[in-house]
Amino acid sequence: MDKNCVNPHHGTEPESPIQPAAIATSCGPLADIPIAQQIPLPPPFDQLDDEPAATPLSDEARLRYESDLDGTIAVNIPRPETKLEEAELVQSFLSGMKKLFEEENNWIFLQPLIISAEYCAKCQTCSDACHIYEESGESEIYRPSFRSEIFRRIYHKYIKGEAEWVHGEIDLNWKAIARLIELSYRCNLCRRCAQTCPLGVDNALLAREIRKIASQEMGITVKELHEAGSVLQQKVGSSTGMNDLVVKDNFEFIDEDTTERTGITVESPFDKVGADILLIHNAGEIMAWPENPGAFSLLFNAAGLSWTLSSELAAYDSINYGVWYDDVQFARTAMLHMQAAKNLGVKKIVLGECGHAHKALTVIADRVLAGDLNIPRESGMTVLLDIVRSGKIKFDKSRNDFPVTMHDPCNMVRLMGIVSPQREIIKAVVPEERFREMEPHGVENYCCGGGSGFAIMSGHNFDEWRHRFSGRRKFRQVLETFKDEPMDKEHPKYVCAPCSNCKGQLRDIIKHYDAWEKAGIGYGGLVELMVNAMVDVEPGYIDWEWH
Amino acid sequence: MEVDPIHVLPYIAAYVALSVFVVAVATRIYVFARMPMHVRWELYPVAHEGKKASYGGSYLEEFEWWKKPRTKSLAGEIKVMGPEILFLKALKEHNRRMWARSFPFHFGLYLIIGCTAFLFLSAILSAIWPAFAGSRSDVVLQYALTVCGGCGLVSGLIGALGLLGRRLTSRDLRGFTTPADIFNLVFFIVAFGVALVHFATVDRDFLRVGSFVENLVRFQLVALPADGGGYTILGISVILLSLLLAYIPLTHMSHFVGKYFAYHAVRWNDEPNLPGSGLEASVDDLLSQPVGWAAPHIRNSGERKTWAEVATENPAASDGK
Repeated sequence: MDKNCVNPHHGTEPESPIQPAAIATSCGPLADIPIAQQIPLPPPFDQLDDEPAATPLSDEARLRYESDLDGTIAVNIPRPETKLEEAELVQSFLSGMKKLFEEENNWIFLQPLIISAEYCAKCQTCSDACHIYEESGESEIYRPSFRSEIFRRIYHKYIKGEAEWVHGEIDLNWKAIARLIELSYRCNLCRRCAQTCPLGVDNALLAREIRKIASQEMGITVKELHEAGSVLQQKVGSSTGMNDLVVKDNFEFIDEDTTERTGITVESPFDKVGADILLIHNAGEIMAWPENPGAFSLLFNAAGLSWTLSSELAAYDSINYGVWYDDVQFARTAMLHMQAAKNLGVKKIVLGECGHAHKALTVIADRVLAGDLNIPRESGMTVLLDIVRSGKIKFDKSRNDFPVTMHDPCNMVRLMGIVSPQREIIKAVVPEERFREMEPHGVENYCCGGGSGFAIMSGHNFDEWRHRFSGRRKFRQVLETFKDEPMDKEHPKYVCAPCSNCKGQLRDIIKHYDAWEKAGIGYGGLVELMVNAMVDVEPGYIDWEWH
Repeated sequence: MEVDPIHVLPYIAAYVALSVFVVAVATRIYVFARMPMHVRWELYPVAHEGKKASYGGSYLEEFEWWKKPRTKSLAGEIKVMGPEILFLKALKEHNRRMWARSFPFHFGLYLIIGCTAFLFLSAILSAIWPAFAGSRSDVVLQYALTVCGGCGLVSGLIGALGLLGRRLTSRDLRGFTTPADIFNLVFFIVAFGVALVHFATVDRDFLRVGSFVENLVRFQLVALPADGGGYTILGISVILLSLLLAYIPLTHMSHFVGKYFAYHAVRWNDEPNLPGSGLEASVDDLLSQPVGWAAPHIRNSGERKTWAEVATENPAASDGK
């Protein structure tokens, strides 16, 4: 045991919670939450004893990587071999933190950052808004203000040189920094907590800023987001590894399959110069849920839209993982998307069913675009609603005669205010009595649990952590929404999630709990429901068993 | 007239405190206002979105939104900010236990500010229009300021005591509470407590305070008379409240400044960057700033590049060739 650290216990929760200063001084993991401490789910998953057991980290992982936070690893930070190396990393972190507060290095977020760094009243109003904190049985380290408070204390003491009696005790060592970086990946960046803050303090922003220090200054990143994510996308065109030839091949397959399933010939145009619309899908859809881009193609063609896909680098994959951890990577990917649109001479970019791509290109990139790259971007939701309103496609609601609920992707809803178009579409394609809202929903929704990159992060036992903590509230909501339905496979129920990442998370948690087999809970996108209800296509577009 | 420095201390404290408060608050506002444009980071509901604000919708729900006329509802913003400022609506909705303490504290502060404003109004009107003193309007004003002052001190004191109690006993708050947080609340309790004692024991109609403010406005540093302790309490009270007034904007308690920008410059800042707009020109300026980040993938060693250069190069692709 490290002689310089003290036993974290800190008392036994919940009587005497761990203090923020313990991030630098405690030994071993700061939290170890048994399943028994969690709130049971609704039936038929209400027996904590029946929940899948938690898998401990392997000895190899614990020896090789920093793992003293909570028994899992998201970031794979190698343990430094010498004290000198540790000291250099501490200095690098401080250097990065200093840059966060400099205009030239962080004009991008300077004002929101300073508000959140200076004005927290420490009232803990944010805590109850956080699904991770609540589902962990109120474990202190997952309190949204816990990491923010550590960030603020370091900032005030080591960057501004202010007194501890004013801002709180904190020591700085490598252990604290490694834990803080790891802790920044225990937040979905859903900003539900920011919504409740009376002062406008944004814990999610601070989590993202910590990720930025790690990535932009220290070169510490999550492999799935960086090397296998944004870098791969910028290198070959997609984080899935698809290059331009493969994506065209895949679309040939998608067109054939959609044609076969619907009885309508579908062709997805590529690189059509002068088209009105450049449609960009999350490439995860192309690989994992081909019925989604297939449905888009069918609907756009049936509505007579002038549209195209692009095979240019990154322009067939709307993902922009930089939005979760790195401003430079974010800007580079956004530029590739916009350059492709410019080269095709389209009038607008339309984004398929991907929440973070919506927010990245429509909202955040808005103030990094100028001149001929400043081409309008629009949500697929409003375009689809326009198709519905146009009356060009006839729908038969009775084809969707099963219970349906809507999951609101945070990026599209809370962070963009796109709430009603998808609901109006649902009204047009699902019998009214079959649709029910989750509570809460709309801008007060809960994250699916896969937000901020978690849906694609599964190293070590991180996927289990995701299911047990970040995804549990959404699963609870789904079960509560369908509680009056027979919970078996013979009565399928549809969770409509118009977002690729959310679908990935739903897929994983449904599998984790075997919820299709045990309760008949399925999931899918919005366009699948639309095509399933189209009068002109053969019935049965939704394939329940496939997922 | 010979002026005893000890007896004019309350006047000096009041002048200095007012000056510090105004300068410090103005500086904070200036610093925030001159910060560079940041990327959009709005959070819905956005209050000025008109009817859509009721469910959190935005103009992005419109087909080809950039072709539609965009309206911003000032009334919508006022409708949200009014209850938020006056009644701490967000805290009431999301943290009722804290609100039960914070609301009387803040509402007490507003009443005290109202009382102070009425005192100054009365003094200024009396100075420039002697007939105002003792007029019916003046009497109404005196009633108003007495009610505001008395209720404000009681409410503020109860709130501050409640907040201190919660901060010391709540499991949720203890680990985040610093000595300065305790000091700040104790400071309020002492300052309000002394003022309340003065009000309750010797100045229930705020006449002595009114005379003091009149002297303050007229720059007449008339020594507070020795009357067996009553004016001594007033002097101590003025000094304490002055110190508090000067202290607040130097701390995070000046969150009223941050809150304005948090709402108007961040949460509700949904202004789109339309081609040819002023925003677009600002984008060009900001992209020309140098980048100082050091991680290897930034490729920023050697001569520092601008944000525009870093954003438009693609080292991942060039490495692969």
